[in-house]
Amino acid sequence: MVTWTGIVQLTIALLGAPLVLSMINRTKAMVAGRHGQPWLQPYHDLRKLLWKSAVYSRTTTVVFVAGPLASCSVAVVVLLFLPVAGSPALITFPGDFVLVACLLGLARFFTICAAWDTGSSFEGMGASREVFFAALGEPALLLSMTTLAVLTGETSLSGIYGSLGWSVLLSPAGPALLLVALSVLVVYLAENSRIPVDDPNTHLELTMIHEVMVLDHSGPDFALIHYGAALKLWTLGMLLGGILAPLSSNGLWFNIAAGLAGMALLGFVTGLIESSMARLRLLRVPQFLIAASVLAIFALVLVLR
Amino acid sequence: MWLFGTGVGLLVSGGGVGLLGRRRLVLILSSLLAMAGCLLASISAIQVLVTGQSWEERLAAGILWADWSVGMDALSAVFVVPISIVVAAASWFSIGYLDGAHYLARRAKIVCWFHLLAASMLLVVTARNGLFFLMAWEGMSLASFFLVLTEHERVAVRLASWIYLIAMHLGAASLWVLFLLLGRGTGSLDFAQFSAASAPAGVVFVLALVGFGTKAGIVPFHVWLPEAHPAGPSHVSAVMSGVMIKTGIYGLLRILSFFDEVPAWWGWTLISIGVVSALFGIVFALAQSDLKRLLAYCSVENVGIIVLAIGVGLLGVSHRHAVMALLGFTGALLHVINHALYKSLLFLAAGSVQMRAGTLDMNRLGGLLRQMPITGAAFLLASCAIAGLPPLNGFVSELAIFLGILSGLVGGEAATGLARIPLAIVALGGLALVGGLASICFSKAFGGIFLGTTRSAEAECAREVSWVMYSPTVVLAVLCVAVSVAAPVWPAVLNGAVRSVMAVEEPGASAEVLTQVTAPFTALSVSMLILLLTFVGLAWLRRRLLSSRGVERSVTWDCGYAQSVPRAQYTPDSFVQPVVTLLRLLLRPTVTLRLPGGLFPTGAEYRSRVGDLLQQHLYRPVFLALAWSAAGLRRLNQGRIQLYVLYIALTILTLLIWKMD
Repeated sequence: MVTWTGIVQLTIALLGAPLVLSMINRTKAMVAGRHGQPWLQPYHDLRKLLWKSAVYSRTTTVVFVAGPLASCSVAVVVLLFLPVAGSPALITFPGDFVLVACLLGLARFFTICAAWDTGSSFEGMGASREVFFAALGEPALLLSMTTLAVLTGETSLSGIYGSLGWSVLLSPAGPALLLVALSVLVVYLAENSRIPVDDPNTHLELTMIHEVMVLDHSGPDFALIHYGAALKLWTLGMLLGGILAPLSSNGLWFNIAAGLAGMALLGFVTGLIESSMARLRLLRVPQFLIAASVLAIFALVLVLR
Repeated sequence: MWLFGTGVGLLVSGGGVGLLGRRRLVLILSSLLAMAGCLLASISAIQVLVTGQSWEERLAAGILWADWSVGMDALSAVFVVPISIVVAAASWFSIGYLDGAHYLARRAKIVCWFHLLAASMLLVVTARNGLFFLMAWEGMSLASFFLVLTEHERVAVRLASWIYLIAMHLGAASLWVLFLLLGRGTGSLDFAQFSAASAPAGVVFVLALVGFGTKAGIVPFHVWLPEAHPAGPSHVSAVMSGVMIKTGIYGLLRILSFFDEVPAWWGWTLISIGVVSALFGIVFALAQSDLKRLLAYCSVENVGIIVLAIGVGLLGVSHRHAVMALLGFTGALLHVINHALYKSLLFLAAGSVQMRAGTLDMNRLGGLLRQMPITGAAFLLASCAIAGLPPLNGFVSELAIFLGILSGLVGGEAATGLARIPLAIVALGGLALVGGLASICFSKAFGGIFLGTTRSAEAECAREVSWVMYSPTVVLAVLCVAVSVAAPVWPAVLNGAVRSVMAVEEPGASAEVLTQVTAPFTALSVSMLILLLTFVGLAWLRRRLLSSRGVERSVTWDCGYAQSVPRAQYTPDSFVQPVVTLLRLLLRPTVTLRLPGGLFPTGAEYRSRVGDLLQQHLYRPVFLALAWSAAGLRRLNQGRIQLYVLYIALTILTLLIWKMD
């Protein structure tokens, strides 16, 4: 089933994912009245990290090394299932979104184990928060995808996103689709450690969630983590963009252009969200995530009614 | 037949050999006999699975009013295989585990009861007569009761085994009624002659659910699990939690096989009980600080998932949706096998940890991966599997269940007349939440025990156990991987067993349905292979990049604070504190808190313990009330012989009057 469409999509994702980070950062800089970092800064960071040596804590074992490898390889494999604006992905089977959700869980499990491995209180604290928030986010993602599956009558990601279109968005099922999009937006923000759940720019260990878990990684390991995070941002962004801007047609290049435009828009919106609000108190985050599940359930009820 | 019979015979004789003395040779010999017995039993089961030919044999008719008949069909075989594997692994493990001074004095008893437990489990899943089944069932309960009671000098152990014994007999009571009801129509207790018509179906279902559910550990009958599993020796807990509780699932499936048609409410009941058990089990599991209690609660969770899957299968049958039914039952049976493999692995590893580090309190362990690398690696693999993470076997069965639910919900093939909203929210949402919580639970268990630095002095001098003790965990880990690699074959392999429970589809459509069911698992295998290759490729890249540069070792980042102590690490209990706080109304943790006070604060204390909600707030009051009312009866029993003669006379008089006409 290896198609050119799939390969082109995969290549674009692998090469272009860090640009979304630039988009977010440029937007934040623009709102704050700064010039912002160069567009290719994420790539320079990756190159710098890859060419550095690494420092390991004496406490750590092989699990610490496995963490970044697992999170990056999972992020790559998830891309194989990811349709871009309606063009089918490389691998697709009925119910593949369950696998995608659980693969993200696998990456998280190893990242958390790597955090435990350092024996640091900071990292334990970050891991504790991360795993808790993720456990609340997972039902929201799966219920949202199930809603889409019921709505389109397809059970694979490629099938679902191939059947979404303006006609669905403007049909009576439109409100349900908007609820799903809100729910996925929450998951997207939480999973990618964005405001209002986590602040990627914070410098105080006690307030970090994701960043604190990877404090002890350095060199190529850290590059893998950064790259994996960029790919994950891309993946969840595509899942969200496909719902709101379902510009699918039969032309590959048109689809890709639509997908990229959606991604750029999403980066811009994320930047605006990050510029315009503060992060939630940690005690409020579970409510925020549970709300995502509740939205997904509402959507499901609307669709199955 | 002969293979299986010899296998059971070898197990029983192994128990007899175990009584011969305290020497190591005796222990080794009895374990070898048990392993040989398990090998034969599993060969005969695999024969049935491969050839598809079941057998049934009448050993002796009419002894003790029972026809002693045994038989093996695909359903029995699916249970015989994990029982044999887990018993063999635990038996091998016990050669090292029971060798220490701790168990020396009571070794003969443990060995003997262990073998009898194994033999009776095999008979339970192959018995073909109600009375014979109940005898084997009782033998299984008693043997495991005595095993739980091993350290009887401890009050907690005695209490645990009493709770266990009472729970088992309340369950068995409803099974007696169940079998008598089923046999009433034909006057025979043979399974072959049971017919659903002779008893009201709803009553049969509820009795089976109570009776077998108590053994399986579904909520609210689970209270014995978190008490009994930590009390016994670890290899016994492995067998009890890994396979013995599955005989309850077997019983439930066997009773269902007597029915051709099932009402939809059975499916809904099982789904609700399954989701409640799974959520309740995993939430209580992650709040525990004792590893074995955590594993016991996690068994409640997994049994809940299995029951949920059976419910999905039943819904598929009652709504004539073949794909949903097949996926539900396949997921249930595969989860039975998977849970047997990784749960017994985890209990065996817990035994190794307890033996070497002297405690199972996770807050006092840590960093054991460096001292016990092989046990630790096996534990990591089993943790991933039990948390339902791909590519391991736990995910394969959970995917089957997810796909079963989805096939009922989605598309033109969605089941007609099915209430889809509750199915989607309860079953699918519940399963998703359980998966996330299981991840918390097992990242806590593995991270807290094996990673970081050691938190207590006794754990610091722990070292790897002998090869006799780690080899069974390695074998079980390899089997876990094998089950996941073989993912595409399971729908076909388990098809016979599913079919012996329920006729899931119209005849003639089976091949087509099976292809439809198998397709996702083939794609799963391919993508997991790609994942593995990517991982290896990235690992190679990282090695290449670092090979030319120096790699430094230093301390963990500590904000410049120079005197970091191991006890300042995040503990497993603090790891789950956010969840426990969120769910405090359900978990009701007992917290002891002593804050540092005064001008020169010296010490502080914080303890948190989570007991069982139902035991404390349901069963305790009920049983206390029972004991109180029973105390009133004591007045009748004064020890005067005249009074007893009066009772007898009154009884005879009453009977005479009653029968007088």
